[in-house]
Amino acid sequence: MSPSMLVTVVLALSTLAFWQGKRRAFALSRQASTTRMHSRPGYYGMLTALWCAVPALVIVVAWQSASDPILTRIVMDGVREAKGALSPDQLNLMINDVRNLVSGSIYSQNVDPVLQLAAKRYQSMMHIGNMAMAVLALSTALGTAYYAYSRIKPTLRARNHVEMAVEILLTLCSTIAIFITVGIVLSVLFESIRFFQQVPLTDFLFGLKWSPQMAIRADQAGSSGSFGAIPVLTGTFLISGIAMAIAVPFGLMSAIYLSEYAGPKFRATVKPLLEILAGVPTVVYGFFAALVVAPLIRDIGLSFGLSVSSESALAAGLVMGIMIIPFVSSLSDDVINAVPQSLRDGSYGLGATKSETIKLVILPAALPGIVGSILLAVSRAIGETMIVVMAAGLAANMTVNPLQAVTTVTVQIVTLLVGDQEFDSPKTLAAFALGLLLFIVTLVLNVIALYVVRKYREEYE
Amino acid sequence: MATAMDTVLDMRDAIAEKEEGEAAAAKVRKVDRDQRQTVGVPFVDEPRMTCREVNVYYGEKHAIHDVSIDVGKNEVLAMIGPSGCGKSTFLRCLNRMNDTVATCRVTGQILLDSLDIYDKKVDVVPLRAQVGMVFQKPNPFPKSIFENVAYGPKIHGLVSNKTELTDIVEDSLKKAGLWDEVSDRLEQPGTGLSGGQQQRLCIARAIAVRPEVILMDEPCSALDPIATATVEDLITELKTQYTIVIVTHNMQQAARVSQRTAYFHLGDLVEVGPTDRIFTNPRHQLTEDYITGRFG
Repeated sequence: MSPSMLVTVVLALSTLAFWQGKRRAFALSRQASTTRMHSRPGYYGMLTALWCAVPALVIVVAWQSASDPILTRIVMDGVREAKGALSPDQLNLMINDVRNLVSGSIYSQNVDPVLQLAAKRYQSMMHIGNMAMAVLALSTALGTAYYAYSRIKPTLRARNHVEMAVEILLTLCSTIAIFITVGIVLSVLFESIRFFQQVPLTDFLFGLKWSPQMAIRADQAGSSGSFGAIPVLTGTFLISGIAMAIAVPFGLMSAIYLSEYAGPKFRATVKPLLEILAGVPTVVYGFFAALVVAPLIRDIGLSFGLSVSSESALAAGLVMGIMIIPFVSSLSDDVINAVPQSLRDGSYGLGATKSETIKLVILPAALPGIVGSILLAVSRAIGETMIVVMAAGLAANMTVNPLQAVTTVTVQIVTLLVGDQEFDSPKTLAAFALGLLLFIVTLVLNVIALYVVRKYREEYE
Repeated sequence: MATAMDTVLDMRDAIAEKEEGEAAAAKVRKVDRDQRQTVGVPFVDEPRMTCREVNVYYGEKHAIHDVSIDVGKNEVLAMIGPSGCGKSTFLRCLNRMNDTVATCRVTGQILLDSLDIYDKKVDVVPLRAQVGMVFQKPNPFPKSIFENVAYGPKIHGLVSNKTELTDIVEDSLKKAGLWDEVSDRLEQPGTGLSGGQQQRLCIARAIAVRPEVILMDEPCSALDPIATATVEDLITELKTQYTIVIVTHNMQQAARVSQRTAYFHLGDLVEVGPTDRIFTNPRHQLTEDYITGRFG
C-alpha cells in the first residue's frame, strides 16, 4: 500500500470514527438514566476522529522520514562488501545510481550488476517496509479510535479536549513559519560562510570593484574575480532612494487627500484604482521603464546636453516609485482613518483649520503607521528585481549619478545564479553572501524604524 | 451688519418659497406640536448669544424645530432632555461644529454679541476660538500636557514668544484647577492622565484660546463621581469670567451648576426658566414627567 493511499484510508477511517463517536454520544444523551452530557455530540465525534487520525498520521510521517536513510545504509553496506573500500565521493555517486535505478530513470545498457542487485534489494525492502507501515498505522488508527470511542461518557470533557487540540494545531502552524524562516536564514548563512572561506570578508564588505567572473580552469584568461559589494549596494540604495523620493510624497499626500478631503464616493472609486497599481506585474513595469521611460529620460537629457545612458538608475527608480505608491498611500490612508474623530473634533473646536489639524494632530498620531507603511515600501524597493534588470542595466558602476547605468544586489544575485552553475565556485556562492547582506540591511532598517516609531509614538487610546 | 441680516432674511424667504408645498403639512404638525410651544421666558436682558427660530436638518430629518433662546453673560445655561432630543445638535450649532457633518443644514439666526455666526462672511476659525468646546469623552491630543494647552494659542498666534506661551499655559492650567497636579510633569503625555484630569486638561485647552463662551457636551458623563465634583466646582468658578452652555443627562448636575435650565424634547425647546423654578415647579407636563423620572 503506497503512503498516499494509506493517508487517504486513515482519513476515511477518521471520518467514520467521527460519525460513530457522534452517534454514540447522541445515543448516550438520549438515555434517561445518564446524567447530562458534558459536551454536544459533535465534540465527542471530533475527539474520536482526532484520536483515530493523529497517532496514525504521526506514525506515517515518522516512518517515511526514517525509512530512506536506514534502507540506503543497509543497501550500501551490501555494495561496499562487494566493491571493497570506496571514497565518500564514489559512494555518493553510487547511491545516486541506485536511486535512479529504483525510480527507473536510467536506461543504460551496461549497468553494474552489483548496483542492479542493490536497487532490487532496496525496492523489495521498501515494499516490505511500506506494508509494515500500513499494518502498523491502520491498527494504531483502529486501536486509538476504539480507545476514544470506549471513553465516551457524560463526564468526558470532549469540548475542552478539542479546544486543546485546536490550540496545539495553531501553535504548530505558527512555529512552522518561524522554523522555515530560521531555515532560510541558516541556509543562506552556511553558503555565505563557504564563500567567505574563499573570499575574505573585508574584501567583500569594503571592496570597491564588483566583477564576479572566475576562471574555471587555471589557463583561462581575463578572470581575476573581485567581489567588492560596495558598488552593488550603492546601486541598490540609489535606486531605492529615487523610488522612495517618488513614492513617499505622492503616496502620503494622496492618502491625506483620500482620507481627509475626498468625498466618500470619490474615495470608494479612487482607492481601488490606486491599489491596481500594486497589482500590475513587475515585468510589465519593467517594459514600461525600459521602453518608454528610459528613452524619454535619455532624450530629455540629451536636449539639455547631458549624457544619459540608455539604461539609467533614474528610469528604474522612477518606475519603481510609481509601483510602490499604493503601498504607501493605501496603508497610510487606513492609518489616518483610524485616528479617532474625537481628536479632529477637538482640534476643529479650538478653531484649527483642516490643514493645521492634519499637520499638528492627525499626522503625529498616525506616525507609527505611516512609518510602517514607508518601511514596507522600502523593503519592497530594496528587494525589487525585475524593473532594475530591465531598466537599470547590469554594469556595476560605483556612482551616485542617477543618469548612469547601475546594478543592484538583487540583479546581481539573479545574474550569478542564471544558467549552468557549479555550486562551489565563489562566483555562485557570492549570490548567497549578497543575499545575506541584503537580509541584514533590511533587518537593520526595520530595527531602526521600530526604534523611531517607539520613540515618537503618540498614544491616542 | 444690515446687509448680513438682509442676506439671512432673503435666504430664509427663498427657503420658505421653496418649501411652500410643504407648508400645509408643516402647519398640521405645528398644530400637533402646539402643546410643545416653549413655556417660560427664553430671553434675557443682556444676551451674549441670541438664537432665533433655529432649525436643523440632517438630510431629510428635521432634528431641531424653531428653537429661540438667549444665553446671558456670565451665566451657566444647562440643557437637559432625553437622549436624541437634539440638545447636543443645538449645542454644536453654537460654534458651527455641525459644519463638519456633510448632510447637516442649519436655518434661522444665531448671534454672538450681534454678529450673525452663520453669515457667509464669518470665518469659523476665529468664531470657534471665541466659542470654545469641551466634548463628552475627554479627547486630549496625543502630545505632552504643555503642548495640549499650547496648541490653541500657537495656531491662533496669540503669543509672540516662549515666555508668553508658558504664561498662558500656566494660567489656563491654573484656571482649570489642574496646575497643582501636573506642574512638575508638563512634558508627559496628556493621554497618561486620569479621566477627570484629562477632561480638565481639555477645559484648560479651551480656555487657553481666551473664548467668551464655553460649550460643554456632557463633560462629566465619562467621569467618576469624584472627578465629576471637581469639574462641577470648576464650572462654578469659570462662570465669573465666561458664559457656559452645558448639556447634561444628570439632572442633579444641572441643578448644582446652572442658573437657567432649558428642557428639550424631540427637537423642541419645551421649557426654559431659572433652574430653581424648573426643578421645583415645572410648568409643562413633559418637563415635569422628565424631571420626576417618568421617562427619559
